[in-house]
Amino acid sequence: MTQYDFVIIGAGVTGTAIARELSKYKGSVAVLEKLSDIACETTKANSGIVHAGYDAPTGSMKAEMNVKANPMFDQVCEDLFIPFKRIGSLVVALAGQGTDYLEELYNNGVERGIPLEIVSDLDDIKKLEPNISGETEAVLHAPTAGVISPFQLAIGMAENAAINGVEFFFNAPVQGVESMGGFFIVDTPGHAIQTKYVINAAGLYADEIARLAGDDTFKITPRKGEYVLLDKQADLVHKVLFPVPTKVSKGILVSPTVDGNVFLGPNARDQDSKIDNSTTLSGLDEVMDGGRKLVPSIPLIDSITNFAGLRAISDTNDFIIGESKIVKGMFHAAGIQSPGLSSCLAIAEEVVNNIRDSGIDLQLKEHFNPTREKPIIFASMPWSERDALIKKDNKFGHIVCRCETVTEGELIQAIHRPIGAKTVDGIKFRTRVGMGRCQGGFCTPRVIKILARELGIDEDDIVKREPGTRYFYGETKDFRAVTTKKEGLE
Amino acid sequence: MKQVETDIAILGGGPAGLAAAVEANTAGCRVLIIERDDQLGGILQQCIHPGFGLHEFKEELAGPEYAQRYIDMLEQTSIEVMKGTMVLDMTPKKEIYAINEDGVVKVAAKAIVLSMGCRERTRGAIKIPGFRPTGVYTAGTAQRFVNIEGFMPGTRFVILGSGDIGMIMARRLTWEGAKVDAVVEILPYPSGLVRNKVQCLDDYGIPLYLSHTVVRVHGKDRVTGITIAKVDEKWKPIPGTEIFFNCDTLLLSVGLIPENEASKKAGVKLGRTNGPEVNQFLQTNVDGIFACGNVLQVHDLVDNVAIEAKKAGRMAAISVLEYKLPNITAPDAVAVVPGEGVGYVLPTKVNLDVPEELASETGPVKVSLRVKQPVEEVDLVARSGETVIYKKYLKHARPSEMIIFEVDFAKFQDLQIETPIEVLLISREAKDE
Repeated sequence: MTQYDFVIIGAGVTGTAIARELSKYKGSVAVLEKLSDIACETTKANSGIVHAGYDAPTGSMKAEMNVKANPMFDQVCEDLFIPFKRIGSLVVALAGQGTDYLEELYNNGVERGIPLEIVSDLDDIKKLEPNISGETEAVLHAPTAGVISPFQLAIGMAENAAINGVEFFFNAPVQGVESMGGFFIVDTPGHAIQTKYVINAAGLYADEIARLAGDDTFKITPRKGEYVLLDKQADLVHKVLFPVPTKVSKGILVSPTVDGNVFLGPNARDQDSKIDNSTTLSGLDEVMDGGRKLVPSIPLIDSITNFAGLRAISDTNDFIIGESKIVKGMFHAAGIQSPGLSSCLAIAEEVVNNIRDSGIDLQLKEHFNPTREKPIIFASMPWSERDALIKKDNKFGHIVCRCETVTEGELIQAIHRPIGAKTVDGIKFRTRVGMGRCQGGFCTPRVIKILARELGIDEDDIVKREPGTRYFYGETKDFRAVTTKKEGLE
Repeated sequence: MKQVETDIAILGGGPAGLAAAVEANTAGCRVLIIERDDQLGGILQQCIHPGFGLHEFKEELAGPEYAQRYIDMLEQTSIEVMKGTMVLDMTPKKEIYAINEDGVVKVAAKAIVLSMGCRERTRGAIKIPGFRPTGVYTAGTAQRFVNIEGFMPGTRFVILGSGDIGMIMARRLTWEGAKVDAVVEILPYPSGLVRNKVQCLDDYGIPLYLSHTVVRVHGKDRVTGITIAKVDEKWKPIPGTEIFFNCDTLLLSVGLIPENEASKKAGVKLGRTNGPEVNQFLQTNVDGIFACGNVLQVHDLVDNVAIEAKKAGRMAAISVLEYKLPNITAPDAVAVVPGEGVGYVLPTKVNLDVPEELASETGPVKVSLRVKQPVEEVDLVARSGETVIYKKYLKHARPSEMIIFEVDFAKFQDLQIETPIEVLLISREAKDE
């Protein structure tokens, strides 16, 4: 079927949240994603924090959405089995930085109904966070802040949307959005799709998608943020630690991840390229120095990987949510930078409200299924359950990833779920295989084998992410035959 | 849940585990090897190059051949083997929880020998900036792709790190028809064995760039090239010295880390090598838990692994059959510490209060170490305060080669427990002054 009521462009956390929200209503929905999977761009490389909501300027969409969305996470994460922990956050004022900024945030927060406290006694601060810098003068404690896996959230929402009838198309970059009067034609390579309404959740490329339809009202500038990820740490940090921020960034944080690792970052560098997500030596140094200011004892030797993500900054520096002023029937969810993850659940509701406000009749479905099949996570099961599970399916008795204790059974499950993994990264983001301290050194050959077997394709054709990310250049013997022939040795 | 009892449980059926098992079995113990792979031999199975067993079997064997010698020996014994079984937890009471395709197994052992080997240091651990494409592999992963899976992981390679596996892979890939443009080493000298530099790089005209490192990985999807640069004494890249290589694969051979996740769960204390702290009996701080092979210290030669592992196996057997061996946390344990020029030294403690019978049965104290950097004309000295218990002249010593020496236990007996035994290098020139 190539005819829909709604086409959502982009399968990041914004697009998938909107897809799930729309799937509560009658009408057909398709999601078009340029890349090979859910959460391939900004959603996979950010801080993974659900902010309390005191930070964004009063009156901004960022503030409104963040404050509204924060309490919504508990229910959604429970419904979709997404790991989420409200561990709280501290904004840390170091000696000489004064407490004016903390007080300003405090006042913002109190006005917005956010529970906050300022703690200025170092002993009390150390009780909250024992390894915090001894130079700490005061902290703003926000107990409602939390940590979440952004890609797990996006994958969970997408699966749930799929269960409720939303169709997903991957490797489908949008090359044209033409308003034909009563409907749109959305063009992808080899496949045109007719839709009544278009929802633009295209992240870094939202301005380009708008422009394809004739809306030239905003511009997206990428802002790179680099991160360093440490191995799991039992007691290093307990809360999200923010420094006193600068104009361009919330500053370099130190925080546990929901999975028990610790990350440092991000820095903030504006750039023109929407492609360049490479890390730099100076950037990584900046991140490590920034992290050490908050937690001097941070064991950088435990670093297991570094990466960079690009945030989509609009020229209003705020979220752009609502119907296009130029193109009727096109709805934007653009400029979704921080606190975009924290806001996505509210943004999805806002977009649906905008759709309704524009006069479109939205009818709730009689049977919306708010949940999905619970993913089996072997690592968190007690021994008795593990034993029973293996006896039921012995593939769970085979550990593929020793660092994260992931079994073959979990890989098979991830491949055959409603939106199944088709790539090595796809399996990684669904199961954590390869996310541990050996960074895939042990498991990658095994994952490639299992993926090839389950998908019924050659190991040679397995990719990490996009079509250009193959692992192999043929089998050894073929390769040697070709090269010896080429050099005239045979 | 299946419950199993044994005298000695051996964690890992690589070269260390196999040698320890054979020895413990010979001593009269019931032995169980727990191996995560479907076959024994560990990393040897993918090391299809020759050079194994020169000392032990007086023959030059390939890795799988060497492993097979032990597997054949094992078959003549009553040693039990659990393959395809991954240890997930271990307690100080020596209870092991593992899983395999039949379910969860709980093993109750009287002693445990840790022989899990090591893992490779990764890109994230050494801060290489750039994109994150496919085509960046540790040398060992690439070795598995080529030698076990039969796939070519690239066509043109740059190898970062002159560790042994990296150099051996440079030759292997050349044989398979690939081009290795460069081996890049941040240190001013190769970090692997000299014989590997000669046989794997020099013989094939593969250039070794010393005091260089990778400053950029190019290519968003697949590696398209690597830029390296010369570094100063502080390992900082020197601007203007960059060299670009057009290649599709970067291999990393930048060090090995003993794999002690399971050890930590049992409360085993780790030391400077990232391996367990042990005494002269190779016993850790947990009574009845012994360590040997690369999980204790990264070895240069498998023959040395076997010698160490046999000792661990024998000590474990003694602890089960005869004596409770002294523990490094006991008040009679004197510390052994690395001094000038020495990277690390094992054992980390020597227990002095040892019954005579046990001392004669266990023999001299075997000390192993690596030097920090290449040196010439030095005396290797072990001393406690002014008392020198060992001294040997070394014409040269390199970090890539493990140094092993023995000291009669009698020499330790009069030492002060409060004064650590320092193992250090003393330059001959310095002494002349």
